[in-house]
Amino acid sequence: MSSAVELADLRHATDVQKLKERIREIRRSILEMTSIRGLHLGSSLSCLEIIATLYFLKMRHSPHRPRWKDRDRFILSKGHAAPALYAVLAEAGYFPKEELRTLKSIGSRLQGHPDLRTPGVDAPSGSLGQGLSIGIGMALAARMRGSRSRVYVLAGDGECDEGQVWEAMMTAAHLRLGNLVLIIDRNGWQLDDRTEEVKRKVPLRGKLESFGWVTYSINGHDIEKIIEVLDSAEKSELPVAIIAHTKKGNGVSFLEGTNKGHKLKLSEEEYLAALKELEAKPVCE
Amino acid sequence: MRVAFGEAILRLGEEAEDMVVLTADVAKPTQVAAFGERYPHRFLNVGISEQDMVDIAAGLALSEKIPVAVAFAPFMMRAWEQVRSTISRCNLNVKLVGTHSGLSASDEGSSHQSLEDVALARVLPNMTVIVPGDREEVKEATEAAVKSPGPVYMRIGRDEDVKFLDEPFRIGRAVVLRDGSDVAVISNGAITAEALAAAEGARVDAMVIHVPTVKPLDAQAVVSAARKTGAVVCVEEHSTIGGLGSAVSELLSSEYPVRVRRMGVNDTFGESGTYRELLEKHGLSAPHIRRRMEEAAEKRDR
Ligand SMILES: Cc1ncc(C[n+]2csc(CCOP(=O)(O)OP(=O)(O)O)c2C)c(N)n1
Repeated sequence: MSSAVELADLRHATDVQKLKERIREIRRSILEMTSIRGLHLGSSLSCLEIIATLYFLKMRHSPHRPRWKDRDRFILSKGHAAPALYAVLAEAGYFPKEELRTLKSIGSRLQGHPDLRTPGVDAPSGSLGQGLSIGIGMALAARMRGSRSRVYVLAGDGECDEGQVWEAMMTAAHLRLGNLVLIIDRNGWQLDDRTEEVKRKVPLRGKLESFGWVTYSINGHDIEKIIEVLDSAEKSELPVAIIAHTKKGNGVSFLEGTNKGHKLKLSEEEYLAALKELEAKPVCE
Repeated sequence: MRVAFGEAILRLGEEAEDMVVLTADVAKPTQVAAFGERYPHRFLNVGISEQDMVDIAAGLALSEKIPVAVAFAPFMMRAWEQVRSTISRCNLNVKLVGTHSGLSASDEGSSHQSLEDVALARVLPNMTVIVPGDREEVKEATEAAVKSPGPVYMRIGRDEDVKFLDEPFRIGRAVVLRDGSDVAVISNGAITAEALAAAEGARVDAMVIHVPTVKPLDAQAVVSAARKTGAVVCVEEHSTIGGLGSAVSELLSSEYPVRVRRMGVNDTFGESGTYRELLEKHGLSAPHIRRRMEEAAEKRDR
């Protein structure tokens, strides 16, 4: 008995180690994209571990059958973090990695904000505040079909200003959608300033709980924690919200703790500095 | 364009003491942040909640303030029903300003390109709709909007930096920038600069009319241009459905029917690209406009 558990633990440990290596690769791709043109780099780096963990260790999906009906679905409601999603999809094999360089250029399948022309993208976004409602529709359809399909929505903390988010919050709780998970990228910034300066969000957890959601609060860069909480979410009969505490611009020290990286193009110098920092870091932080 | 707008708002803050500026987490990119710093008690950043912002503006207007609500044009559309049911229905003195309009949000792609906003604003009773063309006009139109009663929607671009007007802006007035007798090119926004460039090297004698106020339309100027030339080409950074081209067509179909060619984005969405690439793709650069006006002149109704 105990040896089986240990074996599972061991597999788990190697999975996590592998994922960390992949994330390092993906991070490199995102930095490269940002050296070509202006992107929402800070917004992409804060949620990278979350998206990567979902695609590589949690969701049931297949790059060979992107339209498989019973797949789990992911909605990037904060669509401006598209570079993170595209880089993860490329790493997962939905399209060639070389295509990442074409991001935002005319004729590319990789648009400034997600839409359905990109293989692997499950829902369009770009206008904030709409992803959770779309997720409810998908979760409902899965329930109607009797499918095991689960739906994950990633929203920004600033995005929670939108009234629609709270309309959807009420709807999902009312419908008891246990197959729906909302992850809030709690990086503490939005476009103009810190979230609490623009419009107070705290107590975010209290709000979510009072709306009838099972709510967790974790470090959104800690892969083991992300897996653990996603595992528990699978047992819930109610919709689950995860407040993922993150750093905007995570991993690039001259962006961390600022909002400089909300949208920017890295200069040659900055690009090299960011790469160097990435190489210097041991894979397991 | 947005820089000029930010300067105008800051300057107006001095004299228009009842003016209140609102925005939805886009104070920096829309350039109203400086106003917020200078006049913090007359500034409100509501966060990312455009519908909330627009009805707060309605409440301020109902309490004798002059609210100017500013957002990216595509996301201002999210509050359209609030604008319709409250602001336009009751003729409230609210100024709505959409920045990054048309194709100007270029690299961000179709979600951020507003090609429908003029149509949505124009269909609303009581609404004045302004699409200024150059830096000076953005400033003058901002001032005119704040100083005239009633709801106004004004759309401006992102970084286009053109200058082609000498005459000052007046709500409802079109400006003939170049006289001609073979074809009339009617346009607004920064793209009028392309229309002018197109007319310069053309094989035909083109009249260029800049129409910054889509509503109320300068009917007299449009009809007399049609009468003089017998051929009209409309150019705008907007869908060919519902914008300036439609307004001109609606007017001329009853007042002086001639063929009107509508140039714009042809019933489709945009995509990511540079601003120039997108103008090219949608046939809105000077050479395209030149070709269309030459064609129109050759096949005209007289
Ligand atoms: C409806 C809507 N309004 C405004 C914007 C412009 N906008 C893009 S990103 C952003 C800030 C988002 O903040 P947050 O959700 O906290 O994401 P972060 O980038 O901080 O991770 C804003 C206001 C938008 N995309 N959609």
